[in-house]
Amino acid sequence: MSSTTITSSPLADSRWIARGAERTTLSRFLLWLAPWVGLLALGVYAAGLCLYYGLNQTNMDNRFAFGLWIFLDLGIIALGAGAFFTGFLVYILKRVDLRPVLNTAVVVGFICYSGAVAILMIDVGQPLRAWFTFWHPNTHSMLTEVTFCISCYLLVLCLEYIPIVLRNRQLRKLPSFLVFEHQLHKLVPVLAGIGTLLSFFHQGSLGGLYGVLRGRPFAFRQGFFIWPSTFFLFILSAIATGPSFLMLVTATVEKVTGRHLVVREVYRRLGSISGVLLAIYVAAKSIDTLVWLNVTSPSEGFAPWQFYMHKPFGLPILFAEIALFGLLPAFLLSYRRAAMHRGWLLTGAALACGGVLLNRFVLTVQTLALPTLSFDEFLRYTPSWQEVASFAGVIAYGVIIYSLSYRYLPLFTPLKGEEHVSGD
Amino acid sequence: MSARYGMVIDLDRCTGCGACMVACAAENNVAALPQATARTGLTPMLVRKVSNGMEGGARREVFIPIMCMHCEHDTPCVRVCPQQAVEVDKATGIVMQVPQRCLGCRYCMTACPYHARYFNWWDPSWPSGMEKSLNPGVATRMRGVVEKCNLCHARLHSAKEKAAAQGKREIDLADYVPACLEACPTGAIRFGNLADPRDPVTQESHSPHAFRLLARIGTEPKVYYKSRKAWVRALAESVSGRASEAASEVKNV
Repeated sequence: MSSTTITSSPLADSRWIARGAERTTLSRFLLWLAPWVGLLALGVYAAGLCLYYGLNQTNMDNRFAFGLWIFLDLGIIALGAGAFFTGFLVYILKRVDLRPVLNTAVVVGFICYSGAVAILMIDVGQPLRAWFTFWHPNTHSMLTEVTFCISCYLLVLCLEYIPIVLRNRQLRKLPSFLVFEHQLHKLVPVLAGIGTLLSFFHQGSLGGLYGVLRGRPFAFRQGFFIWPSTFFLFILSAIATGPSFLMLVTATVEKVTGRHLVVREVYRRLGSISGVLLAIYVAAKSIDTLVWLNVTSPSEGFAPWQFYMHKPFGLPILFAEIALFGLLPAFLLSYRRAAMHRGWLLTGAALACGGVLLNRFVLTVQTLALPTLSFDEFLRYTPSWQEVASFAGVIAYGVIIYSLSYRYLPLFTPLKGEEHVSGD
Repeated sequence: MSARYGMVIDLDRCTGCGACMVACAAENNVAALPQATARTGLTPMLVRKVSNGMEGGARREVFIPIMCMHCEHDTPCVRVCPQQAVEVDKATGIVMQVPQRCLGCRYCMTACPYHARYFNWWDPSWPSGMEKSLNPGVATRMRGVVEKCNLCHARLHSAKEKAAAQGKREIDLADYVPACLEACPTGAIRFGNLADPRDPVTQESHSPHAFRLLARIGTEPKVYYKSRKAWVRALAESVSGRASEAASEVKNV
């Protein structure tokens, strides 16, 4: 999408774009969407194969029962944490300076969560029985907590997204929509509070999912009350990287559209929040690793260093997680002189997001690859094209939803008295 | 009085013939699945060959039948199942799988340290004509659900029915014999009530040669193994992830 301006296009499309906003021509916009629609179609086809023929279309097996999908689900849910955390900062902690990215945070969150739920529905063997979890819930299972909280939070995200959709130039002309949007908008602070509560629990319970596995000594952690330490680490890592992902998305949109959307100060504030939280997370993660190495694992009868003897999952992966993708981005994001430089700031944000993905990979894929019985072998798993294509379809879905939202909805709202060339 | 059904498997007697695997499949209507691989097939009873990691004349091998261990304490699969499709029968101690309620999320498979749970990756199928040999007392499982050893629950039902017909409240253990035990030609598998201290199986489980896999994680499995060979016991109890290291430890001792 380039910076070609529509002033008085005869196309009906222009009437749906916010008054005064600069957007590319419809034909160029459709050209931009075309490859993503193609990728989405491939993803839908691959997902259809998995639903019709079953999960034998994947390369998962009885030993590698979770694969690419679970890893990426956990990853995008962590990256989508910017939605609830920005809402929490703006509405609960009254950080109104972050309001310009609030709408885009909601859309990013909606995409991440709805995409993750869609993949989860393909990933289960009997998707039509998903409601059983609500009917016969096992209250001791972390997956029950995840299911309840993610379902409810996706509903909250829908309720937060609807007012943004109803702010479209044409939809606003309908009086009933306008009233509905106005009434719903009044609820948004309440929704932000509910969303925060639900998100804390599901981010945590996603961490607990593996942390409670006594039979998987690499992942098993002790904790507080019923929650293993990974419960708290997941919350912390998600709220640390959510703002970073928001920065990356905004910077990418600015690059693609060639427009300046939010002032540099918003980037710096998001980076500062992300950096400080990441530093706290790295400290907590380091302590947790030391406790696991010296207390948890030996008490269960395992020699923890042996888990790092299997290539390619050696000690470098632990070092990378803590130093390269933890300490370094924490420094780049929170150190004022580094953060003043946009390149370093975005590098820090990218490393932080890479770090959370690496953490989710280690906890899901590495855990399953490692042996538990003394005569087990180290396992290998390569996802099938259907698994890769299904997830690529989710990414395409995200790009399409975001592109449509950017074109037709007010995603970046400047603060009162603030001037920038947002185009919105 | 509640029972605690369990097993003791004498590894020194196991020849790895696989009769237990075949009997288990026939009794429980386990689908044949010619398209399955070693990692996608259904083997509620799986005989694994394990070596001491040495080569040449020093090499030793043992066959270890792996099945659901029917963990008693903090049962990993029961704890994680989101919709109560796995439960421990308090009257028998058997860990039960309810396929009709299973979502197919496979979280229980991830939780099981023994890899004793199997997912139905395909629709169940049998070679033409073989469907006539299916056991009418056991429901087949559909694609997309998890299954595992349930200690031949259909046989337990038959034993209960027989006891009820005779006006008895407790079953006669001679009427409840799992298929794997029945098929074992060397008598390596023994089955009994671990809650009964007079039961020979209970006494055998206290033998100095008896051990349980991953007993240290504290899930109290009810399947015991037994071997007079120190390297086998060390192998199974080893905290190491490598069999050869366990063997060398024994050699050094």
